[in-house]
Amino acid sequence: MENLVEIKDVSFAYGFRPVLKGINMAVPRGKVVSIMGLSGCGKTTLLRLIAGAIKPRKGEVRVGGRVINRMKREELYAERRKMGMLYQFGALFTDMTALENVAFQIREHTNLPEDMVLDLAMMKLNAVGLRGAHHMMPAELSGGMARRVALARAIALDPTLIMYDEPFTGLDPISLGVISNLLRRLNDVLGATSIVVTHDVQETLKIVDYVYFMADGAVVAQGTPDEIRESKTPFVHQFVWGEIDGPLPFHMPGGSYTKDLALEAARA
Amino acid sequence: MPERVVESLRGVGHKTVNGIWRLGYGSAFFLMTLLRSATSFRRFGLTIKEIYSAGVLSLIIIVVSGLFVGMVLGLQGYETLQKYGSSEAVGTLVALSLTRELGPVVAGLLFASRAGSAMTAEIGLMKATEQISAMEMMAVDPIARVIGPRFWGGVISMPLLAAIFSAVGVFGGYLITVVVIGVDSGAFWSQMQSAVDFRHDILNGIIKSVVFGVAVTAIALFEGYDAPPTAEGVSGATTRTVVTSSLAILGLDFVLTAFMFRGI
Amino acid sequence: MERTLYLWVGIFVCAGIAALFVLALKVGNASATFNTGDIYHIRAEFDNIGGLKASAPVKSAGVVVGRVDSIQFDGKKFVARVTMKIDKRYTFPKDTSVSILTAGLLGEQYIGLEAGGDSEMLKEGETAKLTQSAVVLEKLIGQFLYSKAAEGGEKK
Repeated sequence: MENLVEIKDVSFAYGFRPVLKGINMAVPRGKVVSIMGLSGCGKTTLLRLIAGAIKPRKGEVRVGGRVINRMKREELYAERRKMGMLYQFGALFTDMTALENVAFQIREHTNLPEDMVLDLAMMKLNAVGLRGAHHMMPAELSGGMARRVALARAIALDPTLIMYDEPFTGLDPISLGVISNLLRRLNDVLGATSIVVTHDVQETLKIVDYVYFMADGAVVAQGTPDEIRESKTPFVHQFVWGEIDGPLPFHMPGGSYTKDLALEAARA
Repeated sequence: MPERVVESLRGVGHKTVNGIWRLGYGSAFFLMTLLRSATSFRRFGLTIKEIYSAGVLSLIIIVVSGLFVGMVLGLQGYETLQKYGSSEAVGTLVALSLTRELGPVVAGLLFASRAGSAMTAEIGLMKATEQISAMEMMAVDPIARVIGPRFWGGVISMPLLAAIFSAVGVFGGYLITVVVIGVDSGAFWSQMQSAVDFRHDILNGIIKSVVFGVAVTAIALFEGYDAPPTAEGVSGATTRTVVTSSLAILGLDFVLTAFMFRGI
Repeated sequence: MERTLYLWVGIFVCAGIAALFVLALKVGNASATFNTGDIYHIRAEFDNIGGLKASAPVKSAGVVVGRVDSIQFDGKKFVARVTMKIDKRYTFPKDTSVSILTAGLLGEQYIGLEAGGDSEMLKEGETAKLTQSAVVLEKLIGQFLYSKAAEGGEKK
């Protein structure tokens, strides 16, 4: 099976701070792949690299066989029309209704007549179960609903690659279940490929096909959900089972406790 | 001691370099906005929406301020001219002050505070909530779609607002001097008409207001676009917009006045 | 919602353009005829132009018929040479007197033309011969004081 996304030896830094060090990843077509890790390990940076929003210092990012980081603006925009991105808090346009938000891409990139545009948008909203909210403004939507509308917007043009940036953050259990379910179903129904960046382990392991584990800008583990669950790598084990102590210690390294409590000083 | 001096020097140097870098970045941004203006005109509905936000919503403050400024000019002018027995020249005084200077400048300052800060906050918030980024991901150029219409909306609104300010101001001056104080109405208008030249005074005033419109809108949009995506970031950007635009208006006013009215 | 928005924008733009018209017509003098074609030039030389400036009005019988185009100093005759733009509709005889007068107390100076009786008219570029220089206030006062002193001296 060929890979839709290939990341080869990619290194990236923000100024002088290295974020990614020689990453290698492959996302096969039609699969749902998750990238997990702590905050700040470079997961979101990876998504931005795939979308072409930033360029790597070294290495190549390929989508559908084409090298993203060497494209000019026109080409890149053409590639992006085949991608859909769901942002952490939805990032809906606040001055438009939910329906208008979903219709946005259809309007901008196609010459379809107005009523057809609205029909298509309505269908996408229906797919996420929010057709009834089509007239509401983003400010009137709850967090979970906003994220679902954003999902409808992301799939408006039936993209081949859908990327999710922390889609489960701050959701109630029901919304979480809904998004999780939609994620998998949409991927299979649309025949798309999905990349999910998250640190919600239990929910994600239920729906993905493959997992990449990142720490300190490098891939420390990878495998199918079952392999990850049974992983003996200490860090992975701590992460998956939410253990409070392990490779990531409970106590952040600091000085002597007695010194901080000024006990020693008093004695001296 | 020398360490502190070195530190403060480094700070000044850093700020200067940063400032120059920002100036360059801002100029590039402004240029890009101009180059990608086609969308603002092809889809004029977007621009019209922005003319509403920038122009129509500023009408009340412009009209009320214009009225008061005109009335004060009338009062002060009358008070001083009366001592020389030239109280009938008050019309000239009010009209020339407004069309040449106060109309464009005061309307510009009010526009910067009301519409400029609103634009900065709006763009800053859009950036902070990742709406700009989302738009880019959807292969829609945010500069063409979001910044462009706002720029042209502001540039179109500004001279109209300045003209309304001046006209209302003249009316305010008329109200106070002719209706309330009792200066001769005929003298008021005729002296004014013979003193105010369309090309020299009114047109120059309009040119000024267009220049101010460009400056204020460009600054407001850039500050919003460049704001750090936090609450303090956006609020700082809004303040900077008002301060920088106001200074720009006054500075440009001096330069333009020197060019335009040097002969007189 | 869309409809009312367009309505308001329309009202706003109309108000702005109306304001511009009001300013142009009622507040300023929209007759800019002296800046476009249909004019001819005549010249006049003065010993003293006082405070006369370029684009000052040229009036005859109190009506504006033209504008001062340029003022130059003649280094050989040591006089001021004034060139005026006159509306083509009005022609003045060759013996027209050209004086520099003051409008009102605040002193904006203008040129007054008083037509003479000559049958021949001034043509493009010709110079009017009869001129009256500007009244310089100090000289007037000096004259007045001198004549008063002379009067006083005579009486004694």
